[in-house]
Amino acid sequence: MPLKCLKICLWRMLLKLLKVKEMNISNLLKLAIYALKRNRMRALLTMLGIIIGVASVIAMLAIGEGSKKSIKDQISSMGTNLVSVSPTSQHRGGVELGNAAAVSLTIKDMDAIRAECPSVSDLSPEVRANGQAVFSNKNWPTSLFGSNTDYLRIKLIEVSEGRSFTEQEVKGAAKVCLIGETVLENLFGKGTNPIGLSIRYKKVPFTIIGLLKSKGTNTYGQDQDDLLLAPYTTVQKRVLASTFFNSIQSSAIDEFSTKKAAAEMEQALRKSHKLKEGSENDFRIRTQEDLVTTSSSVSNVLTILLGAIAGISLLVGGIGIMNIMYVSVTERTREIGLRMAVGGRGKDILMQFLIESILLSIIGGVIGIFVGIGASQLIGLLMKWPVVVLPASVILSFLVCTVIGVFFGWYPARKAAGLNPIDALHYE
Amino acid sequence: MSKIIIEVKDLTKEFHVGDVTVRALKGVNLSITEGEFIAIMGASGSGKSTMLNILGCLETPNSGSYILDGVDMSELNKDALAALRNQKLGFVFQSYNLLPRTSAIENVELPLFYNNKVDAKERRERAEKALVRVGLKDRMGHMPNQLSGGQQQRVAIARSLVNDPVVILADEATGNLDTRTSYEIMALFQELNSNGKTIVFVTHEMDIARFTSRNIVFRDGQILRTEDVKERFNAVEMLKNLPVADAVETSKS
Ligand SMILES: Nc1ncnc2c1ncn2[C@@H]1O[C@H](COP(=O)(O)OP(=O)(O)O)[C@@H](O)[C@H]1O
Ligand SMILES: [Mg+2]
Repeated sequence: MPLKCLKICLWRMLLKLLKVKEMNISNLLKLAIYALKRNRMRALLTMLGIIIGVASVIAMLAIGEGSKKSIKDQISSMGTNLVSVSPTSQHRGGVELGNAAAVSLTIKDMDAIRAECPSVSDLSPEVRANGQAVFSNKNWPTSLFGSNTDYLRIKLIEVSEGRSFTEQEVKGAAKVCLIGETVLENLFGKGTNPIGLSIRYKKVPFTIIGLLKSKGTNTYGQDQDDLLLAPYTTVQKRVLASTFFNSIQSSAIDEFSTKKAAAEMEQALRKSHKLKEGSENDFRIRTQEDLVTTSSSVSNVLTILLGAIAGISLLVGGIGIMNIMYVSVTERTREIGLRMAVGGRGKDILMQFLIESILLSIIGGVIGIFVGIGASQLIGLLMKWPVVVLPASVILSFLVCTVIGVFFGWYPARKAAGLNPIDALHYE
Repeated sequence: MSKIIIEVKDLTKEFHVGDVTVRALKGVNLSITEGEFIAIMGASGSGKSTMLNILGCLETPNSGSYILDGVDMSELNKDALAALRNQKLGFVFQSYNLLPRTSAIENVELPLFYNNKVDAKERRERAEKALVRVGLKDRMGHMPNQLSGGQQQRVAIARSLVNDPVVILADEATGNLDTRTSYEIMALFQELNSNGKTIVFVTHEMDIARFTSRNIVFRDGQILRTEDVKERFNAVEMLKNLPVADAVETSKS
């Protein structure tokens, strides 16, 4: 009922706008529909232009937006309000020691952060060894990560089978580890329960106490399941024979505090490293937001690119509509002459053409929206690419195409309707 | 005394093509009473069509007055002229001018679409009646390209009748048709005329003009002479007398 009211209101407005009075709209609507039926091919081609324009804008922007979202999702899956510290390469006597040789982070820094940074909740060192994991006659090259018990919470890693290690085991440098899905698959075969089995890493035997839940590959194509995780003490003492950390990973108390946590950590670390006023940091602190902004600026470029392609297809579709409408009015000038000869007024003719192009544009636009959304979903499904259909893209492309369609239906018709009936009738 | 339907005084019409001015009508006076069947005759270029188009309100004269059924044309704007064409005039063109890919009945309905007082039901009924009247009862759903020239012209005549006009204007309505079909069309016009319709018929063919009641001969944009037709042809009789060979030959059209 309100819909019908709206329809009547819109018609009234349109009529007022065109200063059309005492005209039988339902008659003109019928004439417009007859005319469209009579020229099915032309109607289809016009609609095709609109459909392609609308659908491509929707699909392109959906793909662009999808990639942006997936990068954001993956970054947030990297951890909870993550703030990470890594040593920077240092210059000592002109010799660059490189990141691997960085030696600046130790347990002292951990203690300093824990003592002085109220915005940090979870905190864990990360040490990393590279080598072969060996089980009976099979081996698999993988990384062995060492951490404390906070690590799983910080990095949003879950244990799907067995358990994680305890504080006791960290203190005692116990030879226990958790195993990633990829390693499990390559050493034992998929689906095997590895709990209680023993593997060797750099000649050190580890008892498997848990299986890590799969996280898949990240945006950069890295397999996030190809790892072993053990207490950092074990990795430091028994595997690496070192007291340094590759990095310190932490969670801020909430998502708004990562910047604050980073600032506090910088203070604490400068103090613990005894860095003089004005000297450079020998570490680098990155928050999760830093990662999000760099990555999404990349996908912004992608979205702009796709948007530009969509814009061009919209333009091409629009020019197509324009052409067909223009040619059709020229073709139909004699028909217009006849209509005027039997009593059609200029505004009746104009109105009929306007209704024709509104019908075409709206039907084409609606089909375009469905095709666009369908194509987006299909692309998402086939290419395993996330798609996010933006309501704004739907509205914008629909409006642009409809306006183009209606305008170029109306404009040439206005010229023809202004002709003398006899001139229109004798038009060659 | 019958009522005067058309009253034209000192009508002139000029066309400008580049620098050249063509004086198509140079002061025409004419009056036509109800029930007349007029033939406007003359050589090609003498101004017949221009005259008819002005009578049909498809074109406006440069000067002079034209009163149609009591209404002074010079006082009407474009929209009012359209309404007048819609309610008082019927047109038949040489080239039929039917809408392509549109059935006979829908073609005949067309003028009524522009008349608010006629609803869908009445529109269909009147169109059917008009088609029956021109002898196309069985062809209502046919498309123009499924009809012969004569049949297409009948559809056009039905279309000109459907709004019950005060006058039917025809411009070389038999110009594209062979003799037999022309006579058939003239028989139809004669029948309409005998039922009271006023008809103005432009033609340059002498024999066709003999079917009408009065001939107005144009030359150079002026009326040369007006004459009542003495021995008027009866189209139905003429058709009976047409040679058989001709009938066989043209029965297809
Ligand atoms: N639209 C027009 N533009 C220019 N000249 C025209 C136009 N219509 C008719 N004429 C000229 O007016 C004259 C009369 O034309 P018309 O009435 O068509 O003659 P008829 O129908 O008797 O053959 C002709 O010289 C013709 O060239
Ligand atoms: Mg002529």
